[in-house]
Amino acid sequence: MVVKKGNFNRRDFIKHSGMLAGGVVLVSLLNPFKLVFATKKPEGNGKWYGIGIDIEKCIGCGSCARACKIENDVPNEPFFFRNWVEQYTIMNDGQIKVSSPNGGIDGFKQPVPDEAIYKTFFVPKMCNHCAKSPCTQVCPVGASFESPEGLALVDQSYCIGCGYCVQACPYGCRYIDPKKGVVDKCTLCYHRLEKGLNPACMMACPTGARIYGDLNDKESGLSIFIKENNCAVLKPQLNTGSKLFYNALSQEVH
Amino acid sequence: MNKMESLYEALANLDGFIYPNEIALNWDLLIVMYPYITGLVAGAFILASLNRVFDIKALKPTYDISLLTALAFMLVATMPLITHLGQPLRFYEMLITPHLTSAMAIFGFVYLWYLMVVLLLEIWFDYRYDMVIWSQQKKGFMKFFYKALTLWISDTSPESRKTDEKFGYFITVIGIPSAFLLHGYVGFIFGSIKANPWWSTVMMPVIFLFSAMVSGIALVMFIYMAINYLRKKKTDIFCLDTIAKYLFYILILDFTLESLDQIHRIYEADESFDILKILVRGKLFFTFFIMQIGIGTLIPITTLGFLQFRKPREKIRKILYLIISIFVLVGIFFMRWNVVIGGQLFSKSFYGFTSYKVNLIGGTDVSLSLLWFIVPFFILAFLIWLLPPWKKFVEKTN
Repeated sequence: MVVKKGNFNRRDFIKHSGMLAGGVVLVSLLNPFKLVFATKKPEGNGKWYGIGIDIEKCIGCGSCARACKIENDVPNEPFFFRNWVEQYTIMNDGQIKVSSPNGGIDGFKQPVPDEAIYKTFFVPKMCNHCAKSPCTQVCPVGASFESPEGLALVDQSYCIGCGYCVQACPYGCRYIDPKKGVVDKCTLCYHRLEKGLNPACMMACPTGARIYGDLNDKESGLSIFIKENNCAVLKPQLNTGSKLFYNALSQEVH
Repeated sequence: MNKMESLYEALANLDGFIYPNEIALNWDLLIVMYPYITGLVAGAFILASLNRVFDIKALKPTYDISLLTALAFMLVATMPLITHLGQPLRFYEMLITPHLTSAMAIFGFVYLWYLMVVLLLEIWFDYRYDMVIWSQQKKGFMKFFYKALTLWISDTSPESRKTDEKFGYFITVIGIPSAFLLHGYVGFIFGSIKANPWWSTVMMPVIFLFSAMVSGIALVMFIYMAINYLRKKKTDIFCLDTIAKYLFYILILDFTLESLDQIHRIYEADESFDILKILVRGKLFFTFFIMQIGIGTLIPITTLGFLQFRKPREKIRKILYLIISIFVLVGIFFMRWNVVIGGQLFSKSFYGFTSYKVNLIGGTDVSLSLLWFIVPFFILAFLIWLLPPWKKFVEKTN
């Protein structure tokens, strides 16, 4: 090919592109990609939030879900929840019935007659604020992230609304806000925590079934709750590092 | 019917229990189109490289058509994704601030690499000489346009043609793993979601890759016949037979891999098996057993297998090839459907199902999906008009 340009020859081109490529490699060596998980436990004495739910104390009143919708401006339709309650009914014949009409906000009815019930209980659900959260791992732009306190949050001014995180959450805790076109989820009322207030769901719970606290502080209410009760997390086999600890969790609960 | 109404309808028709946030299917028909179109690109390119790198001469008539088809579909491959976003105007964030642990973020770069480095360059080297000649023959705007396409390089010496050939070959060699990467990556986007047992299998990238090859080859076969029909030219039956032979082999591989995946799933029967069994036998029965396996796989395999041993008259063979290419294209579409939609129909609580109905009237998902499937054919028509493969000057120099 016979293209000749005055002051920029092939050698220059190769030199420049070589320098550029070398620079990129160097920078990536200095800051190696964190390939597996997006975040790690913070170093130092920062807070590291977790949540505890005592299933034996939950009466299924739905106050937590109601309070959450009001506090966080969650769309009213029954398809969008940051926080909801499920009713599990295990029947004598082994059948398992689960329901969560309108997330439990309007309360529950038990359609199964008493004599057919083996056991029944309520399971409040919310974001597990996983330490190895699959949702923040898959966000293509980094709009989903973990705060230094270990809370999975979303920067809605940055989210592109692709819904990949919704697919990646094993617990169904995320939804796309139909008006904003971006993802929304529980923040453990981060805006309240910052002001020293408790999350809305914790405030609304009449039986004190919900607790949150600093897992780094072994004297915190949550640390003691976990120590004194036989707690379990949901879907431990997925290794999400869930920080939502349930007391008296039945194995039927997914 | 608007989106909220269809959600209420889904709510009224729930089977069992589903997490409340799962009632809405986040990834609709548009996300079915995304792996479908990307697969067509990868498959068409592989067919082109069979001719170039593996020197299968019978495929020569489809070489340029395959490349142009791949380019036409590649240009819209990301459009279903972008138009599906809740905030479509923010899509560029994925490229300027990619989150490196996200499979979707890296896809943008894989896509650009494939489009810029592989497809455009290969087509450029392939057509450079011809574009120079055309720019000399044409007048006015077209002369300028072809000149611009050659990047004002007007060398037609035999040495320059050798260089074109060398670079073209080199890029095709790079292109094969790139095409594998492109579509394997799409599979990885689904296969790496551990929360979803229907998707989370290590086989997913491989299955996506082979189904991509199957669909791309079928598409080129179809387009090759359609072009010859429109130009009133005779289709090279030997070329068609060869394409059909490769389609047959790759279909068998694809079917084997998918069966292996399902057999493994059935035999292991882990915690998700019960719900997936109900899913496949119930909500996916039509799309999985009838469309994907029956129409899309078994009928083509048996017909193509038969044609390997018995060769009926040319006319009958052509009709069969035409039907099979359409069947395969439909079957692979439903394969994507079963993955994308099927994966969202069941609850991650494993206790129930939601439902999804395509909004045939008034739904943006259908109209946009159709649009992104039709647009590539117009682009292809334009490309073929601009770079007609049958007006190339290859023979003269040989």
